[in-house]
Amino acid sequence: MNGKKKIVIVGATSAIAEQCARLWVQSKPIALTLIARDTQKTGTIVTDLQIRSPQSNINIIYTDFLNPKKIKETVEKISASGKIDIALIAHGSLPEQSSCQDDLQTCWYALEVNGSSPALWAEAFAQHMEKNNHGTIALIGSVAGDRGRKSNYVYGAAKGLVARYAQGLQHRFAGTAVNIVLIKPGPTDTPMTANLKRQGAKLSPAEDVAKKIVNDINFGKKIVYTPRKWWLIMMVVRHLPSFIFNKMNI
Amino acid sequence: MRIVSSWGRLNMDEHDVITINDSDKVAEIIGENGRSGLAYGMGRSYGDVCLNSGGRLWDMSGLDHFMEFDDDTGHLTCEAGVLLRDIQRLVIPRGWILPVTPGTQIVTVGGAIACDVHGKSHHIHGSFGNHVKRIKIIRTNGEIIDCGPNERSDWFAATVGGIGLTGIIVQAEIQLQRVVGPWLDAETIPYADLNEFFSLSDESGKNWENTVAWIDCLTGKGRGLFMRGNTANTEYRQKPKEYKLTMPFEPPISLVNGLSLRLFNMAYYNLNKMRAKRSIVYYETFFYPLDNILEWNRMYGARGFFQYQSVVPRNVGQDAVQAMLKEIENSGTGSFLAVLKTFGDRPSVGMMSFPRSGVTLALDFPNRRDRTHKLFSRIDDIVREAGGCIYLAKDACMPRDLFESGYPRLTEFLKYRDPGISSGLSRRLIGN
Ligand SMILES: Cc1cc2nc3c(=O)[nH]c(=O)nc-3n(C[C@H](O)[C@H](O)[C@H](O)COP(=O)(O)OP(=O)(O)OC[C@H]3O[C@@H](n4cnc5c(N)ncnc54)[C@H](O)[C@@H]3O)c2cc1C
Ligand SMILES: NC(=O)c1ccc[n+]([C@@H]2O[C@H](COP(=O)([O-])OP(=O)(O)OC[C@H]3O[C@@H](n4cnc5c(N)ncnc54)[C@H](OP(=O)(O)O)[C@@H]3O)[C@@H](O)[C@H]2O)c1
Repeated sequence: MNGKKKIVIVGATSAIAEQCARLWVQSKPIALTLIARDTQKTGTIVTDLQIRSPQSNINIIYTDFLNPKKIKETVEKISASGKIDIALIAHGSLPEQSSCQDDLQTCWYALEVNGSSPALWAEAFAQHMEKNNHGTIALIGSVAGDRGRKSNYVYGAAKGLVARYAQGLQHRFAGTAVNIVLIKPGPTDTPMTANLKRQGAKLSPAEDVAKKIVNDINFGKKIVYTPRKWWLIMMVVRHLPSFIFNKMNI
Repeated sequence: MRIVSSWGRLNMDEHDVITINDSDKVAEIIGENGRSGLAYGMGRSYGDVCLNSGGRLWDMSGLDHFMEFDDDTGHLTCEAGVLLRDIQRLVIPRGWILPVTPGTQIVTVGGAIACDVHGKSHHIHGSFGNHVKRIKIIRTNGEIIDCGPNERSDWFAATVGGIGLTGIIVQAEIQLQRVVGPWLDAETIPYADLNEFFSLSDESGKNWENTVAWIDCLTGKGRGLFMRGNTANTEYRQKPKEYKLTMPFEPPISLVNGLSLRLFNMAYYNLNKMRAKRSIVYYETFFYPLDNILEWNRMYGARGFFQYQSVVPRNVGQDAVQAMLKEIENSGTGSFLAVLKTFGDRPSVGMMSFPRSGVTLALDFPNRRDRTHKLFSRIDDIVREAGGCIYLAKDACMPRDLFESGYPRLTEFLKYRDPGISSGLSRRLIGN
């Protein structure tokens, strides 16, 4: 063992995940495994990270995120080379709600990418970490998973699945040295929200969102709203009586 | 559409903001038919040079990857949205530094090239463009242009200082300079008038890599504080704790007014006069003193503020600066953010670059509409007569004749314009 922290990022081209990766490599050289589906973007990301931290070991694995067998194989391959310290599961895609309503195929795909897929990755990492009684699994959910809304309940439901899955894992690993972190970002300035941005939505910088993620993973937090103010906002949203909530156009 | 303003917050207009975060998609995005567009970095320019009201803005800040860095030669290649802050943080611990940076490091490489920015080291290192070895530009017709001082150098000269009008800069190669560490040996010296300023400036020019002066714009005499610094080889020290203050609200009227300014300037001058000293300071404190106060530009209230930065030739510099200060004193307006510096003789590479041999004065003014414009037109007269010019990155209202006389290579430059790109400034001063 070279003593470097071993971190795995699933969905490495995500803008939020990339900012997390920068923060990790900049604080100390690490052994970093990036998991992505085949894209050209990964080359740029790896080069950049390697320049930021020449002493880090960075490698990429391409795989299919919706294939349970591939997911299992990938995690086994990574764990074969040593204990994983942190696994960040970051991928996701924001579907057009109306397209999901019009086309069940689109709806199904959105539920898979945002719900089942992250859950399967978490399950695969959980097995490995249970064996070692060591490690942190951080899943990126969303504030959208806190309460279903007409404007994006397909995405929200999938993120709700992630939240419930994380909760279950937290129960399973209570009292062990395995930590499960559920991250719920508010609207963040990334490619996923490019259209919202164009329409004038107020978004937080991915860099700020990532800072809190990295920090709170470090401190072993269980639920992370980022930026922090979303904790309060969602507390209110969750508790609004439905006769008020149902009148809101959100 | 979303509201975008520049640092001066004079206009709050809607723009169609399109984020660019994949360099392979630039050509497709900017080539899309329709309204004209403009590259936008961090919006740290003051007037309308980074604005395109009602039109498109291509937000470049997502193109922020380092591409190559050679520890041995100090050669850095990166995408154009990378912040100078991130370059400094990456390279200073490895013994390299950007030889030229402006008074804030929260600017993009693209913005630094497009305005050919200058810094406290101008008298030694020239402006930013002097250290750029190559840039890659993409035009709205899809054309890709690789250029540098020795390769398609006409395109290079048009684009450095070309205020974004020749195409989108997507990446750049920069030559860094060796540095011993993040510390500077810095000295602050009070001066009583412009005579003293110029002799301090002349005396410091050779042996001090960085010089700049704060000037009290209200006494008319031109007293102030001269600051100079050299990177220092000191043993390890604890870097100052990072703190961030935010201007928490936008006051309805400017907090900077005749009274607050008089009090501030008096206190600032006298305090520093008493404490005049030599000390070791961290590079961020020395070079970018305002970066810790987030959104300080809001203190000028809802109407925003102007920055007026001119350069006048050295031989008439003292008289011209004196005359400008007199006008400002009479007007009773101005700001504590007032900076005086002598530029060196190193020629800028850009056709439209601002830095040129002479003395430059930069001042903030709260927007008091007519009163401010009247003052500007009196200062414009002084600049015009002195054969000087006004910095495009700061300008919001200079008259066209002054633009044309201040930028004599304008006609040559126009041949390189990208017809799909337009800005508030280009429409105001060039006509399209
Ligand atoms: C506190 C403060 C201190 C400052 N001190 C100095 C100083 O000491 N010296 C100095 O020279 N300036 C100074 N400035 C001004 C600032 O350095 C320049 O305006 C700089 O250009 C801002 O960069 P930006 O990335 O914010 O670009 P923006 O302000 O967003 O854009 C500026 C121009 O660059 C163009 N541009 C941006 N990115 C690209 C790209 N990728 N391709 C093509 N064109 C592009 C835009 O179209 C626009 O014309 C200061 C500003 C502030 C707020
Ligand atoms: N941005 C927000 O406002 C916001 C708010 C709350 C939660 N989140 C969550 O934060 C996480 C990160 O998102 P982001 O904002 O950083 O967005 P992003 O930059 O658009 O990244 C999305 C990531 O998901 C991957 N992905 C999408 N569909 C996939 C698929 N079918 N198979 C495999 N990978 C796929 C993308 O890979 P490719 O690059 O290959 O497409 C990319 O890595 C997501 O889980 C998102 O739901 C975001």
